[in-house]
Amino acid sequence: MKKDTVYEVRTYSSTSISKLSKKLLKHVLIVTIGLGMLYPLLWLFSSSFKPNTEIFQSNSFFPQTFTLDNYKQGWSGLSGVTFGKFFANSFFIVAMCIIGNVIACSMAAFAFARLKFALRKMWFAIMLITMMLPFHVTIIPQYIIFNSLELVNTYVPLILPKFLAVESFFIFLIVQFIRSIPGELDEAVKIDGCGPFKLYIYLIMPLALPALVTTTIFTFIWTWNDFFGQLLYISEINLYTVALGLRMFLDAMGQNSWGALFAMSILSLVPLFAIFIFFQRYLIEGIATGGLKG
Amino acid sequence: MNKLKQAWRNNWVGYLFLSPWLIGVLTLSAIPMLASLYLSFTSYDMFTPPKFIGLDNYATMFQDAKWRDSLRVTSMYVFLGVPLQLIFALAIALFLNRGISGLKFYRAIYYVPSLFGGSVAIALLWRQLFGSKGLVNSFLTTLGFETKNWIASPDTALYTLIVLMIWQFGSPMVIFLAGLKQVPIELYEASKIDGASKWKQFSRVTLPLITPVVFFNLVMQIIGAFQAFTSAYIISGGSGGPLNSTLFYTLYLYQKGFTHFQMGYASAMAWFLLLFIACATAILFITSKKWVYYQE
Repeated sequence: MKKDTVYEVRTYSSTSISKLSKKLLKHVLIVTIGLGMLYPLLWLFSSSFKPNTEIFQSNSFFPQTFTLDNYKQGWSGLSGVTFGKFFANSFFIVAMCIIGNVIACSMAAFAFARLKFALRKMWFAIMLITMMLPFHVTIIPQYIIFNSLELVNTYVPLILPKFLAVESFFIFLIVQFIRSIPGELDEAVKIDGCGPFKLYIYLIMPLALPALVTTTIFTFIWTWNDFFGQLLYISEINLYTVALGLRMFLDAMGQNSWGALFAMSILSLVPLFAIFIFFQRYLIEGIATGGLKG
Repeated sequence: MNKLKQAWRNNWVGYLFLSPWLIGVLTLSAIPMLASLYLSFTSYDMFTPPKFIGLDNYATMFQDAKWRDSLRVTSMYVFLGVPLQLIFALAIALFLNRGISGLKFYRAIYYVPSLFGGSVAIALLWRQLFGSKGLVNSFLTTLGFETKNWIASPDTALYTLIVLMIWQFGSPMVIFLAGLKQVPIELYEASKIDGASKWKQFSRVTLPLITPVVFFNLVMQIIGAFQAFTSAYIISGGSGGPLNSTLFYTLYLYQKGFTHFQMGYASAMAWFLLLFIACATAILFITSKKWVYYQE
């Protein structure tokens, strides 16, 4: 960071007008590209406040008649189930998945990073391989298993895998983090007579908090955006999530209710946007260091 | 007996902590993998017991025109989309990298599409954007160009999905930026003194030093792109149409397995995909020795 500033100062000292205008041009270009990229999102937002007739008729970006009808109509949902229900369902699944991932992945990561046991290296290698495995080779038997246990149309198939640390990206992420915690701390705690359980709960977990936050955030994003799993296992409308609700909207409403669809789309993005606003640092660092896909 | 006791004493804590993952790997990964390998040699509809048919599923697959379409469409999506996305990500990262104020803000803005991109909401938006009355067309009309229904034409539908992938260039860009930060400034200064042009600086200094990051991005994005599903499902309404032009491999697998209940055939498809991805990754790893440059 420091180096960058030094570099800038140097360029400024040899500033000529053409250099300054070059800099300005750079900013203008970056902002233009950025606006171009975000334009569809902004348009979605603005259209969600337009009456249906206006969305495709007028070319103006801002609503000429501002209305909240789309939100009212969308929120009332379909077949007597409101979007509120879909949101509650999605939040429930997300919360359970976060709990599962944080507990199970941190336990496995602690074992890999700090405990000695037979075949540790082999298991670690297997864990790395499962990170790369396309989920399709397991999805069919998994479905058959859950179906034979009569767990289709429950949230168990969506939540249970997290309690069994199936998303091994997070194990890897937490392992990397725990390894950066100096071992002398462990020794000190051990001398005080603490066993591995206390070591895990009172020392490693608090120190690994940033990695756990990253796990939480990405579990939130991935679970919220998940569509395949929910499509596969959930077909009862009472159990629908936001993603499934949106899909159903699209199928049921047709061309004349784009407004309501847009309004609910915007609402479905709000939780993600909130995460982005509040946890930006963790998000960016999680991607930059762990290679987590956003 | 004593030995066993000893082994238990040395290992039980480790395995206790590992147990959720171990159970998961066994019941949700290892056993299902073997099961799907077995199923791929059977005909199975979930209601009657699987019937062993040897390699028939695989033979049928290679004859299946729709399967070939899905493989072609997916390969196009992966091998055209990923490089384009990465070139874009790298270009913007280079642009943002040196001496620009407000870097954090710009980086955040460019990252937003990556965050939202995988959602159903964005797929819905895309369907509208490129539809006959969509934003893209109204833009083209204003500029006086011809319009068309991009989603409904077989020769353009896939490109709308590729554009959607490129649009999400933010997360590889963030990784590129992290990599570019590691390139020592002294090297730029030195090459400047030697009179290297901007392009030479990029091709001789920057690019070689960030090849590990390029490689990492390439592997991750390729593996991810092979598994894309949501966008194609929503944009084509689950059909993969028009004329199979958006029939992603995963979408066809879903149709075969879970709407036609040809679970044996779908398992064979899954194993083919696994081998295909494994080959693609292996080729990348092998060639990487020639072009990826590791310091130290």
